[in-house]
Amino acid sequence: MANKIPRVPVREQDPKVRATNFDEVCYGYNVEEAQLEASRCLNCKNPRCVAACPVSINIPGFIAKVNEGDFSGAAEVIAMDSSLPAICGRVCPQETQCEGSCILGIKGEPVAIGKLERFVADWSRENGGVKPQTAPANGRKIAVIGSGPAGLACASDLAKLGYEVTIFEALHRPGGVLVYGIPEFRLPKDEVVEAEINAVRALGVKIETDVVVGRTVTIDSLLDDEGFSAVFIGSGAGLPKFMGIPGENLNGVFSANEFLTRNNLMKAYRSDYMTPIHTGDKVVVVGGGNVAMDAARTALRLGAATTIVYRRTETELPARREEVHHAKEEGIEFAMLTNPVEILGDEKGWVRAIKCIRMELGEPDESGRRSPVAVPGSEFEIETDTVIMSLGTSPNPLIARTTGGLDTNRRGCIVADEAGATTRPGVFAGGDAVTGAATVILAMGAGRKAAAAIHEYVKTL
Amino acid sequence: MFKIITKEMLTPTICRMKVEAPRLAAAALPGQFLIVRATENGERIPLTISDYDKEAGTVTIVTQQIGASSSDIISFEEGESFCDVVGPLGIPSDFTGMPAEELASQRYIFIAGGVGTAPVYPQVKWLHERGVAVDVIVGAKTRDLVIYKEEMEAVCDNLYICTDDGSEGFKGLVTAMLEKLVTEDGKKYTQAVAIGPMIMMKFATLTCRKLELPVIVSLNTLMVDGTGMCGACRVTVAGKTRFACVEGPEFNGYDVDFDEAMRRQGMYKSEELVENEHHKCRIGRGR
Repeated sequence: MANKIPRVPVREQDPKVRATNFDEVCYGYNVEEAQLEASRCLNCKNPRCVAACPVSINIPGFIAKVNEGDFSGAAEVIAMDSSLPAICGRVCPQETQCEGSCILGIKGEPVAIGKLERFVADWSRENGGVKPQTAPANGRKIAVIGSGPAGLACASDLAKLGYEVTIFEALHRPGGVLVYGIPEFRLPKDEVVEAEINAVRALGVKIETDVVVGRTVTIDSLLDDEGFSAVFIGSGAGLPKFMGIPGENLNGVFSANEFLTRNNLMKAYRSDYMTPIHTGDKVVVVGGGNVAMDAARTALRLGAATTIVYRRTETELPARREEVHHAKEEGIEFAMLTNPVEILGDEKGWVRAIKCIRMELGEPDESGRRSPVAVPGSEFEIETDTVIMSLGTSPNPLIARTTGGLDTNRRGCIVADEAGATTRPGVFAGGDAVTGAATVILAMGAGRKAAAAIHEYVKTL
Repeated sequence: MFKIITKEMLTPTICRMKVEAPRLAAAALPGQFLIVRATENGERIPLTISDYDKEAGTVTIVTQQIGASSSDIISFEEGESFCDVVGPLGIPSDFTGMPAEELASQRYIFIAGGVGTAPVYPQVKWLHERGVAVDVIVGAKTRDLVIYKEEMEAVCDNLYICTDDGSEGFKGLVTAMLEKLVTEDGKKYTQAVAIGPMIMMKFATLTCRKLELPVIVSLNTLMVDGTGMCGACRVTVAGKTRFACVEGPEFNGYDVDFDEAMRRQGMYKSEELVENEHHKCRIGRGR
């Protein structure tokens, strides 16, 4: 019986070794491991995994191909629905999506769909990739703002439909959060991200970097002067939040965005790059999401003893289990039920310590999680050289402020319907710019939906 | 893209370059800045825009050699290209959005220090082209370090040069010159704008407060992306944390916490020294 085979474990870099380098943690499956794991799939008639995938990849279809040893066939199946499989195979929260609904997971371990997707994507890339299939050019131009997951997915689908697509990227390198946010040890930049972006380029998509929409150009100038028929906004959620506690502007307090951008986009960890980064000997990261894990594991690799401070308990940590597990293995300390109240500085204005208060869990709040309540008089100090605030991000207001007729909600998110249509005709939006910070795959799903909606919209012109 | 069309050394350490950047040039307004990444492994360096030519598609930048990255920028020659030039960034100067009648009643005094003279130029030029009265004080250590003298003379009503050693113009600080103009010479201004080193802007603000003259300053903070993503540029203005890159760079001088801004500006000083000495030990262990 196929399902008697236990889930094939994936090989990883030893935690002690990887805590000192930026090489990828997970090695992925080899051919034998992938085929063995693929043989576990029951090929359900009504595949719950597909329904749970935001981009509806034909999961049993590609796994069957892997089982047969037809890896390029498997890559073609995935390519019908995803343009970034090597990325999604690495960073998707499979445990709550495809793998979370795998029937095998009820009594045992679900099929390792993510690791199989990654295997297929890596194999395909190393063996020439999937031949791009695009419709003949239809003579229409579409502008996509932002080259992160939402923009890339939208641009790919539109290019396949025959549109001339230009992506405008504010930074000097395309990829959005894939290059500035997610660290190298989870998502290699040159081998994986750059390669998948090049595959999008191979569909005919043009990427113009160093263009800040709202400053260098505006949505109006793109529509009125540059001849674009429609615009998709996939500008993400890049604005960092701070706590608003005393001492937050001391030297040595950073947003996770700054810390990660310095290290990932600007490659501060490499001695041949000029951008500096500061850790000191001790780092405290405030927050419990994936970004907090990324910041903490980066600080650790830069040589700092690192502690994550989170106001609830480990059960409530919003980060993926796998990331928490990896962080612990590498030696990150977790201070749970702890909330910062003040950052303390030395006489020169540098961080010396962070003053926290102990918390306990009270009644469940509207999110269903038990809300943390401070224990009076329980303040204490944690000595540290650096504090990294990882409290989430919100959409950058620049585009909304410089575009007439584009409504935003009270959280600064662009208002868009299920298909991505905003309050302004011809302007579509999706991903974190609409939802606030979420996941790569949800952004890709939104980008794909908007591409379909743009296709319908353009027909009406 | 981003080809250097002309390059000249204004002083032994201050360099002026005209760079091809058509989209940027078409959108630029006074008060805005840009970011240069000279080489693939370089930093993103915020620089002021000291002129722009929409027709030629060029912007002019003025760089002072301070550390490794500014030296890198200056080492580029005519005909070579920077990896990246992005902008315009930040909010344009308030007056660019002012109704003509309000603008006509203004009398501006600009206080420029050192390399800060360069970004003052497009502001003065913009106002002068619209018939607004503008005086300019330019301060430098010594005569050879005064930049933009001829350019400024062509676009302002009165130019007052100050040097620390008295080798040209008034001997003394820009703040003393400002005080003299207002209290002794009876000059009347409605708005001051101070751009230069943080310490100069701090004292210019103190002087303006004494003279009951509103003052705008342009903060040259640390930045990485320059688009609101990182928060390296945080400044306290009127007790609130603001991002200089997207909410500035210009703020009401009275409201700025200059001491904090100066302290934050020096955050990577030690790293910069290390970088200069090629003793690159920024990673604690491993590689």
